[in-house]
Amino acid sequence: MSHIKIQLKPRQVEQLQEVCQSFNNKPGELINVLHKAQSIFGYLPAEVQEVVAKELNLSVAKVYGVVTFYSFFTMQPKGIHPISICLGTACYVRGAEKVLDEFKRLLKVNVGETTPDGKFSISCLRCVGACGLAPVVTIGEKVYGRVSPDGVKDILKEFE
Amino acid sequence: MDDLKKLRNTLLEKMKFRENNQNAQVQVQVKVAMATCGIASGAKEVMDFMAEEFDKRNIEAVVTQTGCMGYCYAEPTIEVKLPNNEPVIFGWVDLKKADRIIEKYIRNNELVEGIIPLNFASIDDNLNDETTERKKQIRIALRNCGVINPENIDDYIGRDGYQALGRCLTELSPDVVIDQVKKSGLRGRGGGGFPTGLKWEITRKSVAKPKYVVCNADEGDPGAFMDRSILEGDPHSVIEAMAIAGYAIGAEFGVVYIRAEYPLAIERLKIAIGQARVLGLLGRNIFGTDFCFDIELRYGAGAFVCGEETALIHSMEGNRGEPTVKPPFPSVSGYLGLPTNVNNVETFANIPPIITKGAEWFASIGSEKSKGTKVFALAGQINNVGLIEVPMGTTLRDVIYEIGGGIRDSREFKAVQTGGPSGGCLTKKHLDTPIDYDNLIASGSMMGSGGMIVMDEADCMVAIAKFYLEFTVEESCGKCSPCRIGNKRLFEILEKITKGNGTLEDLEHLRTLGNVIKDTSLCGLGQTSPNPVLSTLDNFFEEYYEHVVDKKCRAGVCKSLMKYIIQEDNCVGCMACARNCPVNAITGEKKLPHLINQHICIKCGACMEKCKFNAIYTN
Repeated sequence: MSHIKIQLKPRQVEQLQEVCQSFNNKPGELINVLHKAQSIFGYLPAEVQEVVAKELNLSVAKVYGVVTFYSFFTMQPKGIHPISICLGTACYVRGAEKVLDEFKRLLKVNVGETTPDGKFSISCLRCVGACGLAPVVTIGEKVYGRVSPDGVKDILKEFE
Repeated sequence: MDDLKKLRNTLLEKMKFRENNQNAQVQVQVKVAMATCGIASGAKEVMDFMAEEFDKRNIEAVVTQTGCMGYCYAEPTIEVKLPNNEPVIFGWVDLKKADRIIEKYIRNNELVEGIIPLNFASIDDNLNDETTERKKQIRIALRNCGVINPENIDDYIGRDGYQALGRCLTELSPDVVIDQVKKSGLRGRGGGGFPTGLKWEITRKSVAKPKYVVCNADEGDPGAFMDRSILEGDPHSVIEAMAIAGYAIGAEFGVVYIRAEYPLAIERLKIAIGQARVLGLLGRNIFGTDFCFDIELRYGAGAFVCGEETALIHSMEGNRGEPTVKPPFPSVSGYLGLPTNVNNVETFANIPPIITKGAEWFASIGSEKSKGTKVFALAGQINNVGLIEVPMGTTLRDVIYEIGGGIRDSREFKAVQTGGPSGGCLTKKHLDTPIDYDNLIASGSMMGSGGMIVMDEADCMVAIAKFYLEFTVEESCGKCSPCRIGNKRLFEILEKITKGNGTLEDLEHLRTLGNVIKDTSLCGLGQTSPNPVLSTLDNFFEEYYEHVVDKKCRAGVCKSLMKYIIQEDNCVGCMACARNCPVNAITGEKKLPHLINQHICIKCGACMEKCKFNAIYTN
């Protein structure tokens, strides 16, 4: 499933089980459970999926199918400051691609990758609905509007 | 039952009084637009600053938050109402400006720059009164956005909130409610345009039980943010309408399926549902009747196809969001195999005014076959980016030039894209076409959920079509082959054209393949995905032709077709360009004109930037 092998600590497994229980271990709540799990672990490695599958009485294949279907779920750990560049239409026509290129150039990583120090990761998303501020970049919970390629450097500086 | 209603009415009166009279006369009221875009522009800081400063400077004022006012281009925006004055909206408010507004306007009633003229009529205005100036915009679905505090149910009730629900439960039978919605002519605002009343009726007639009401808040069209704004600015209107739908079709359970990318909308919905439960407007025996109704939230996880109702239902059940063939329609067999009524956020937001103001009132607005108003998210190369609500039948020209303020930097209008990845482009020749469901389809586009992206001469239509196809390829669920494989091939042909390798035969292929995908795909996503290609082919064939035959992109967007050329007369042979070329594509002796080797050039533009003599140009 994933090339990264991790060992879940017993406490983490317990935490996952609690999450499943809070949804009464109903198979229909799979997506809600995965949302919670991703907010705890930051991503959904195979090991987490296995626990969820067992708790909700589903096959691991089914859980994997759902995780890979939705772009919100990721099996790769993200950086401490996950950078998302909006590539929705409004941002696109206002030059979001150039902003993305600048992030890639400065951080020397591609879309979907994390910097070696684990600090930043780059991903693209489709429209955060803040089209009035296009092009838009989100880093963690913070939304940056009207970003220009020249401004990328300054944004990254905030996180040094 | 009557007692309860009376109690509610006195409560309403009290709230109205508090809202409109008492406060207004003694106090300064400041409302800060705190939707996602406002907050990202610093509205929270402005709100905190003003509250603090009023305290410090001993000014008696109330600062409240509200939803999106619709002036996204001027965020952060605030509305200031001085006692006995009309409210004034200020745009581009930073801390400095907030300080000036306090000192000049609030203290001395002197106006400050950056005032945004109010350009819409509200549902309280007498729309048929010929003496009043006709406004281009009428706000029905957005009636409370930017007016009330979305986190306070009292505000909503003070603006006639939950009266429609009360009226339905105590005075109208479910059949009458459905009849009203049918008579109003309301059609689904999510894009399809299916008559809402009819949908309710079919669900009501389905025999299986229990039934479900679902609100589709999976607003996935890039460039559309109407539903987010309604949920962030007026969540109770959706809750009330869902309860009305529940009463009409005979359901006790509602689900809002909302994108996880909208954290603020989720937060405000949760608050609103909690408040409605406390007041007994959700839960058991609402308004003392035997009608029970409650609402739960389900989160999307980033899949565009989940906006399609069958896919949405599968996703609600915890499965991959893949669509299934209709029929059976969800109104017969939906969530968990039971009758399910799925409506869009904006559709729901229209329901309470239809009940309180009457179906005839609603039907008097709009065009012949499309009644009421439509909310559009105006974005792209337009001056007034924002949220607008216009009567159906308004022309594109009015929307772009009157409300939108024209194209940025006074450039030339080229096209407007409606309906997102499912829609098409409208051009200059469509400027005077009245916008409604049927006219848009006749023009090769569609209403969609209401995103309107305006493009000017600097946008390449082939690249735009490619952009949408890339989106569709990524978002196709992969279940049926026309969509999964066909769109991929369409995308590849477009890429070939933008790289300068296209042939005239490719243009033929685009058209044939596009039509096959439309005819044979399983769900709405595939059936509409070739629209951006087909409509640009129809309207901008000459641009495709130029890409293929002349190997030229007139907008200068397709990099592969662009050439950097050194003009010999201007070149002094300073070597600056050659030194800065990252791939050593420039050759030439010192003090002699240089030459760019087009085979090596990667079109980065570094040479042009470094040249001090304007000797390098692009074709």
